[in-house]
Amino acid sequence: MADPVLDLRHVTMQFGGVVAVDNLSMHIDNQEIVALIGPNGAGKTTAFNCITGVYTPTNGQVYYEGNLIVSNQPQGKMRQMYAGTHKEYSKEIVVNTPDRITKMGLARTFQNIRLFKTQTVFENVLIATHLHKTSNLFTATLRLNHKEETQMRAHALSMLEAVGLLDVKDELATSLPYGMQRRLEIARALATKPRLLLLDEPAAGMNPQETEALGKFIVDIQKRFELTIFLIEHHMDLVMDISDRIYVIDFGRQIATGVPEEIQGNPDVITAYLGVYEE
Amino acid sequence: MLLSAFCKIAQAKRLSVYVLLISTLFVGVYILENTVGANSMLMMVLKKGAIYALVAVAMNLLNGFTGLFSLGQSGFMLIGANIYAIFTIETGNRAQVYQYYGGGIIQFTLPTLVSIILGGLVAAFFAFLIGLPVLRLKSDYLAIATLGFAEIIRAIFQYDGLGPITNGSNLLRKFVVFETALFPFAVAGACILLIALMIHSTYGRAFKAIRDDEIAAEAMGINLFRHKQMSFVISSFFAGIGGALLAMYQTTVQAKAFTAAMTYEILLIVVIGGMGSISGSILASFLFVAASEWWLRFLDNVTVIGTFKVPLMRSGFRMVVFSVIIMAVVLFYRQGIMGDKELSLHRLGARFTRKKGGADHG
Ligand SMILES: Nc1ncnc2c1ncn2[C@@H]1O[C@H](COP(=O)(O)OP(=O)(O)O)[C@@H](O)[C@H]1O
Ligand SMILES: [Mg+2]
Repeated sequence: MADPVLDLRHVTMQFGGVVAVDNLSMHIDNQEIVALIGPNGAGKTTAFNCITGVYTPTNGQVYYEGNLIVSNQPQGKMRQMYAGTHKEYSKEIVVNTPDRITKMGLARTFQNIRLFKTQTVFENVLIATHLHKTSNLFTATLRLNHKEETQMRAHALSMLEAVGLLDVKDELATSLPYGMQRRLEIARALATKPRLLLLDEPAAGMNPQETEALGKFIVDIQKRFELTIFLIEHHMDLVMDISDRIYVIDFGRQIATGVPEEIQGNPDVITAYLGVYEE
Repeated sequence: MLLSAFCKIAQAKRLSVYVLLISTLFVGVYILENTVGANSMLMMVLKKGAIYALVAVAMNLLNGFTGLFSLGQSGFMLIGANIYAIFTIETGNRAQVYQYYGGGIIQFTLPTLVSIILGGLVAAFFAFLIGLPVLRLKSDYLAIATLGFAEIIRAIFQYDGLGPITNGSNLLRKFVVFETALFPFAVAGACILLIALMIHSTYGRAFKAIRDDEIAAEAMGINLFRHKQMSFVISSFFAGIGGALLAMYQTTVQAKAFTAAMTYEILLIVVIGGMGSISGSILASFLFVAASEWWLRFLDNVTVIGTFKVPLMRSGFRMVVFSVIIMAVVLFYRQGIMGDKELSLHRLGARFTRKKGGADHG
């Protein structure tokens, strides 16, 4: 069988004395939609940040398509302070910056929207085509790359079309309503041509209709671009609707995993999360 | 098909308008110079304005478009000015210029343009070195490091031990200077054009992304360090070129004149013109130079009208008024003259037709 697209092994992230992610192991297979859920502060965003190179985890490894892209062991003072459940240290140290990880084919969106605020919708997406350029500073300045430039623009437009934002392409990105800004972030991530897309609470701040539409949209782009999708989400209807599998974490630790039906009936999950959240 | 043909025609038309405008500008400068005289106040202001425009646009590339705050502009200009001067003093004059250092050790000259570019390259090289450690840190450190660099480089160029090359704290003079204002206009214009083309290329878009949100830019696959380095090195290269032009304009160069005050002047121009506006920087440069060197000159003269001696007007008052004006501009035009917008023919045209339309109705 082929390597999983994403494979986390004993990933632990400790900030000072706080273990935000503790011994997290999970895998996502090709073209799956997998959800990561858990109460606020459970460590979901931190897990994303460990995968995408924003943080270097304190211990553990991340494999992407079979390649080790992140690996670390507690170092320096952390050797004494280390409070993770998994006591065995990773052997190798592999650090990649977020831009390199994006170049490998992982793209993400942010929980707190991070659009380029002085720029238009179109420009926001166009920037995301920069990483695949073949031009250098001179050829780009002297416009010897006009063929590539034309392709970049066409690609950005096709991404905007895919998410249905073509009509507003010349608006200032931050002038869009909230829901559209979230979709623009997805378009921007898609423009980097990822194989794995990580979505951090894409439905946050959306009403039920918008959320339902977003669910359809995620399934749609998954099929259309043959993506593997890993998403963090609080809207349970959306999660149960579109996920192939779900991981549940609480206080940084995995408390359950399975298909939506299994998670819905899991008593641990209900006490930790659903029970509190339903009201 | 038809649409793209239309676009091509529109593009060609726009290009020809620009070519026409630029040639008009040069012909205008040429005629002006031959009417009012090359050394008239107007021409001096235009020449210095053009040079400052280049230096300001270079600073804007870094501060306004990339969001990196650097305060080393005077240091990079110093390098450009001194390197240029050192390599263009005619060999016959070296004994006289380097009189305290036995004629100096450099006994050859380089062509003018080569020396200008060399000045830029040496400035760029120093930026490269500074950037290696500093651009990996948070951006505040760049301001501190470049400010320190500018002070150190000024001391180094005045250091007696390097006198055979730099002429120490003595004047560098008798190097090749320009005869006509067309020269600084052409060189500064070409450099600004290059910077503008770059800012509108995919690299410029990456710079702006970094300015707007570093974390998002990095998540889009943009290597922060490399792009910051590019912007810093290029900005310093053009500051060096600006320094070389300034040397030509002044006809003499002394390292000690390149103080932090010069950097602040240029920073002011950038802020007044608008962070992130090339045309703003250009406009503000000419206004700034004209105001400080010309329009407000009269304030420095003691003026007597009849028997009434106008109070306050004496040497130095000009700078007081000037500072107040600048403070007012910075306070009331937070975004500068242009904000982050550009002067464009298109927008100007639109405004003009709208005005005309309005007049018809009124
Ligand atoms: N950079 C950081 N420094 C210190 N603590 C952090 C940092 N980032 C996250 N945390 C802590 O890690 C825990 C998990 O946060 P987060 O991953 O954002 O939760 P979630 O996304 O599941 O709501 C929280 O207790 C938070 O305070
Ligand atoms: Mg979160």
